[in-house]
Amino acid sequence: MNNFSDISEQKLISSVPKNFKRVLFVCLALLVLCAIASLVLGSRVVRLQELLDGLFHPDAESYGANIVRKRVARTVFALCCGAALGVSGSLMQSVTRNPIADPSILGVNTGASVFVVSGIAFLNISAAHQYIWLALIGAAITAVFVFGIGSMGRGGATPIKLVLAGAATSAALSSVVSAILIPRSYVMDQFRFWQVGSVGSGSWSVVLTLAPFLVIGVVTAILTAPALNALALGDDVATGMGVRTGVLRLISALAGVILCGAVTALAGPIGFIGLLATHVMRLVLGPDLRVVIPMSALSGAIILTISDILGRLLGSPGELEVGVVTAFVGAPLLIFLAIRSKVRSL
Amino acid sequence: MRNDTIAFIMSGRRQRRRRWVLVTCSLALLAVLLCCAMLLLGNTIYPVKEIVRALFGEQVKGVSFAVNTIRLPRMLAGLFSGMAFGMAGIVFQTMLRNPLANPNIIGITSGSSAAAVFCITILHSTNAVVSVASVVAGLITVLIMYLLSRGRSFSIGRLILIGIGMQAMLDAVVSYLILISAQQDIPTALRWLTGSLNGSQMKELPPLLITVIVLAPILIALSKHLSLLELGEQSASSLGLNTDKTRIVLIVSAVAMVAIATATTGPIAFVSFLAGPIATRLVGAGHSNVVPAGLVGANLVLGADLIGQFLFEVRYPVGIITGLLGAPYLIFLLIQMNRKGEL
Amino acid sequence: MTATHLFQAEQLVAGYDHKTVIHGIDLVIPSNKISVIIGANGCGKSTLLKTLARLIKPISGQVTVDGKPISKIPPKKLARIIGMLPQSPIVPEGISVADLVGRGRFPHQSMFSGWSKKDYEAVAEAMEIMNITEFANHDIDELSGGQRQRVWIAMALAQQTDILFLDEPTTFLDITYQVEILDLLTDLNRKHGTTIMMVLHDINLSARYADHIFAMHEGKLVAEGTPSEVITSTMVKDIFGLNCTVIQDPLCGSPMVVPRGRHHAIR
Repeated sequence: MNNFSDISEQKLISSVPKNFKRVLFVCLALLVLCAIASLVLGSRVVRLQELLDGLFHPDAESYGANIVRKRVARTVFALCCGAALGVSGSLMQSVTRNPIADPSILGVNTGASVFVVSGIAFLNISAAHQYIWLALIGAAITAVFVFGIGSMGRGGATPIKLVLAGAATSAALSSVVSAILIPRSYVMDQFRFWQVGSVGSGSWSVVLTLAPFLVIGVVTAILTAPALNALALGDDVATGMGVRTGVLRLISALAGVILCGAVTALAGPIGFIGLLATHVMRLVLGPDLRVVIPMSALSGAIILTISDILGRLLGSPGELEVGVVTAFVGAPLLIFLAIRSKVRSL
Repeated sequence: MRNDTIAFIMSGRRQRRRRWVLVTCSLALLAVLLCCAMLLLGNTIYPVKEIVRALFGEQVKGVSFAVNTIRLPRMLAGLFSGMAFGMAGIVFQTMLRNPLANPNIIGITSGSSAAAVFCITILHSTNAVVSVASVVAGLITVLIMYLLSRGRSFSIGRLILIGIGMQAMLDAVVSYLILISAQQDIPTALRWLTGSLNGSQMKELPPLLITVIVLAPILIALSKHLSLLELGEQSASSLGLNTDKTRIVLIVSAVAMVAIATATTGPIAFVSFLAGPIATRLVGAGHSNVVPAGLVGANLVLGADLIGQFLFEVRYPVGIITGLLGAPYLIFLLIQMNRKGEL
Repeated sequence: MTATHLFQAEQLVAGYDHKTVIHGIDLVIPSNKISVIIGANGCGKSTLLKTLARLIKPISGQVTVDGKPISKIPPKKLARIIGMLPQSPIVPEGISVADLVGRGRFPHQSMFSGWSKKDYEAVAEAMEIMNITEFANHDIDELSGGQRQRVWIAMALAQQTDILFLDEPTTFLDITYQVEILDLLTDLNRKHGTTIMMVLHDINLSARYADHIFAMHEGKLVAEGTPSEVITSTMVKDIFGLNCTVIQDPLCGSPMVVPRGRHHAIR
């Protein structure tokens, strides 16, 4: 790991961006606001007293206070998932050196789905911590497969090739998912809501299941960030700077897959967060990954929480799954990136 | 010398023509056989004689209901939607010179599908309204795609990326509509997510039948024009083709076909993508392949539906079978294109 | 022999979306001759050719054939008078050479008709002129770059037009094939009297093969005439910004440009 951090000494990119402190402050403020909003808003809006009761008086017994207690776990879960997806997105974008890489676009989410569904259907698995491993394996295999197809031929992994490989793989795998589900209505019921992507299932035990993966993934990401900065200049330049590109790619991609695989297993496939979170931060802070990677954890958390709140408000009295909301917010960004990019880089 | 050359060219053309006729006839024959199988097979296998009598309007106990209300509409829906998907698919693929550029992948099907689901589950509209809405939605999708992908210069890659983005949004709409609608039953969901012939009813069919019967001849008549568009804008217009007019007629007809078929059977996965390349592989390039592609589409849908109905213990909707067949082919095609450096 | 037409441009202004590339050009294309447009990159040669061949609508001014504006002539009828070979035509996959050449017959066919005797004759003739009969039933994918270029020209020939526009027909080809293509075009012009107007990159090949040269600079026509009238060291300096000496081609006496770099003093 030390090999990687040497690079930062070489000042590849000048010191921390000037507006970093301001952006950090704004993001933290937004994060707190979102968290509060997530506790308060929903199909039933709680009053201040109920909020305080729910948070600070474990004995207080009111309907509102109970709702708040439930929402606390959900909010923490949403924040964690968002952070994980944000970091996962920036890792995948750096590893593939490709501005539109995102777990959902690359089909990694569907890969995780297939394994989870097979687990539910064939192995009688029903506990979250059990299918997290299945999801991780599925995500990893799919990532390797998609990247393998996408990087064949001239010019390596161009965005268009990767996206198409991802879309094709996704389509194939979702047919498999349907084929497994149809004869088994009991799996279908369990799976249907999972499939749209939701953080509604968030509870403290789920958060605890996610925590180790989140920590491992984010720490790895932060440690590899300086070397990924070098990789952004091209494999040859990076090698010239003493980066072992193969090892770096493997470690970072693994971290990215762990992050999105774990989230997918627990919350279902939630698309586009990685894409959105990373691009917002790049836009504001510039390309330095040492800053962008940790900050996309923050922006990912914010975006996912906002999407979750929106889903609760729009879908009221039920709720609109967060995966649907993020597709709505994220797909236009994909379209925008496609329009803006030069033809050659496609 | 000149006559020798002519004879040489003629013999080559005749050979290619013979292959076209042979393949097209075999495809048509296969379609007829599959149609018969659709009528013949089911929970109970009735004698052929009784099925024919039932088809001609005689009341045969049990048979009339099974054949006229279940099997015949299912067969017609499969046959015509398959033709529609196949023909529209090859029109787009030829016009944009890329097998990936088909209604499935560039998001047109999703647009029509979203409109149809909205009309059916929320507005409870009549068939006519559903058809019109899905055609309009398909055309709007094309228009948006066109406006967005125009940019500085047209690129097929950009078009496909935008299409995938649009598709993600529209599919989210479909998921949402299915979720909030009262009809959360699985058959409806499957129909709109993967395409299915289950529950096809006679009264839903007229829009599809009329569209295919009216528009298919237009596409066939324009196949010579289509083959010029394949040569590129400049060559086509210097050969005296009014490219803008031709393109609009072709796009509107093809979109209408896809949209109505989608509104009737749901977005049956990959048929519009597979039919063109399969037809071209069978009859060879450089002909008018609209007819063979339509037949391949019909055979795909009918064949996949028969497989889905009878090959397994459970009945799978047709879209899942075509998805399982089509996606690997798409991956194969991508690998091939990447190797050749066409992407 | 093909018919003679009066083909001219009057006060032609043309370009793309917001950018005017051609700033007022008047010209008459000499009938039954080979004309070549020369000029530096980006001077509007290609745009001029495309506007003459009605692939681009002029912003103002007009192009006329025998006094009639080309925008008023029905496209199919016009396509029987002028043909055009674009710079980089698109190769459809898997199509046979004869079928591709046959697509040039579109302006002579009705919507449903198959190939008539005339169509076969035109295709055969075009392929004989371009010397590609042996490939008639091959796939276009199997041919080399030079052979493909001959197929494209054959397609334009099958169109049987009196005027033929070609946009850099020799780019991307080895010098051997460049000469071969230009020889074949010259044969066509001498035998059939087809009027040829093309953009060429190589000024020396232009000088050798052209009967008439149009020299362009920044969207304007700056000189025209026979090669020896137009190609002088002053003109080359003006439009290409190149110092050179113009000598006589030892083979055929046409002017020949010998570039002068900074390192080669005049002996």
